[in-house]
Amino acid sequence: MTTLTLTSKRRRAALRNLAFMSPWLIGFGVFFAYPLVSTVYFSFTHYDGFRPPTWSGGQNWTYVFTHYPLFWPALRNTLWLVLVMVSLRVVFGLGIGMLITRIKTGTGVFRTLFYLPYLAPPVAATMAFAFLLNPGTGPVDSLLEKAGVPAPGWFNDPSWSKPALTLLALWGIGDLMVIFMAALLDVPTEQYEAAELDGASAWQRFRYVTLPNISPIVMFAVVTGVIQTMQYYTQPLIAGKVASGVIQGAGTQFEPGYPDKSTLTLPQLVYNLGFQRFDYGSACVVALVLFALSMAFTALLMRRRGGLIQAGD
Amino acid sequence: MTQVLERPLKLAPGASGAERTARRRALLEWVAVHSLGVAAALFFTLPFVFVFLTSLMSDSQALSRDLIPHTWEWGNYRKVFDTPGFLTWWRNTLLYAGLGTVLTVLSSVPVAYALAKFRFRGRNLSLMLVISMMMLPPQVVVIPMYLFWAKQLGLSGTLWPLIVPMAFGDAFSVFLLRQFLLTIPNEYLDAARVDGCGELRTLLRVVLPMAKPGIAAVALFQFFSAWNDYFGPQIYASENPGAWTLSYGLESFKGAHHTDWNLTMAATVLVMAPVILVFFFAQKAFVEGVTLTGVKG
Repeated sequence: MTTLTLTSKRRRAALRNLAFMSPWLIGFGVFFAYPLVSTVYFSFTHYDGFRPPTWSGGQNWTYVFTHYPLFWPALRNTLWLVLVMVSLRVVFGLGIGMLITRIKTGTGVFRTLFYLPYLAPPVAATMAFAFLLNPGTGPVDSLLEKAGVPAPGWFNDPSWSKPALTLLALWGIGDLMVIFMAALLDVPTEQYEAAELDGASAWQRFRYVTLPNISPIVMFAVVTGVIQTMQYYTQPLIAGKVASGVIQGAGTQFEPGYPDKSTLTLPQLVYNLGFQRFDYGSACVVALVLFALSMAFTALLMRRRGGLIQAGD
Repeated sequence: MTQVLERPLKLAPGASGAERTARRRALLEWVAVHSLGVAAALFFTLPFVFVFLTSLMSDSQALSRDLIPHTWEWGNYRKVFDTPGFLTWWRNTLLYAGLGTVLTVLSSVPVAYALAKFRFRGRNLSLMLVISMMMLPPQVVVIPMYLFWAKQLGLSGTLWPLIVPMAFGDAFSVFLLRQFLLTIPNEYLDAARVDGCGELRTLLRVVLPMAKPGIAAVALFQFFSAWNDYFGPQIYASENPGAWTLSYGLESFKGAHHTDWNLTMAATVLVMAPVILVFFFAQKAFVEGVTLTGVKG
């Protein structure tokens, strides 16, 4: 008797779990697992969306890696952004976080002002910066001129477009500021007091007390920063479009990565191959590269021991 | 350095030389920190200020290097609203963001609850899959998804391919809610069960009222991410201007008015303003959400 009720209890629990999980299980299958498998399949086919796909072996893969002129520039840009934009964002975010924890008068006002740019919708923020940095008419240009500094071409100059995007990314530092602020406030006060009694300088206190305490958060910021950079899409695309002056609409072709491929990122290639060239097979190759890179860094986040996001509780 | 400031600053009259030096140092530090704060505040706010000022300039002045409008052309905003399509973009954005948010919350709460409070085989695997999905850009599966929605269901030129999937749980929302639900002590759930509540009733009557801040954070994030989405509408709605959203339409607005920086900036202000207004009303929930996903594990 008891075993019977136990099994029926267990079955009811299993049904309950299934019921609660069902929205996600369906979503995962239909909107992720199945299309992911299709992406792998399409990457080995010639497919233009009109004629049915035909098997083509590794042709798309060799095409993307050896002949597609936009692939390596996009990857190089991504590397640049990881090295420069991500590290500057982490350093600046930590700096702003430290600043805000030291501000004692009007903290709430400062915090809100520092945080607001993070909320600006990416398209709007990028358009705003395209205007601010616009050579000739932009306010930054006139301020620089008043200061006697020659203004760079920003979004119109291949060697200044990524620094301009970095500036935009530093403006929207609010997410990192909040995360670092919470981490800094969690550092035990006694450790600072002990360090001060030992005569530690401000730098030594930062180096030997603050940094060891917040290092997991710094790692988190770096790794999520890298993942976000792999997927960096709207800002570089809009910056390039606005700077090139191309009018959106049917029939217009925008030179991807304007100026001179300097703002190309991997997600833009999926769009270029799939929706401008109708080469779905090669688009899927880039999609899988994007998948592999994102997953590799996500695995870093989830490493079981010392992982930053623990799976269990 | 913080400690120096937190020390009581009131010193007895006739304080010793060392104490006076400490007080002077604290004051100097206060000045240094707050000057830096003001400088940073200028960096963060001036872009908004310049955008807003330009949005009020006359057509000819917007092409000059002036920073402040000679005449305040509030009519620019009227002109933006009179642009064909602008009101449609608003309606579409509200539909996408509003309906999408409701669907996301409804479908993500039960999943997050199961992942936070039930024990079952495959739970950790599911959670890892949720986190992985959260970290993947939409471009990874967009080709088959587009073919599915456009070629098989004929729904390109609408926002439904973006709205419908939200009825099946969104990875980020599930994760954030699960993190929040972990902070609710199990004793509350056990007490409800002892009182004879089923799981659904426990969720609705006990958990949901306590999870309000978490749900608010998820709703805000979801609303903003739909509001900000450019790639989704670009893929599914671009061919039909009647289905464009604000974020997508704004760029075409720039294209059509490529020398009218004043009108473009007015439109930019109109896209930014609602997000910032919502933030002011819900600041606490929002910041809590950022901290929750970033730090607690």
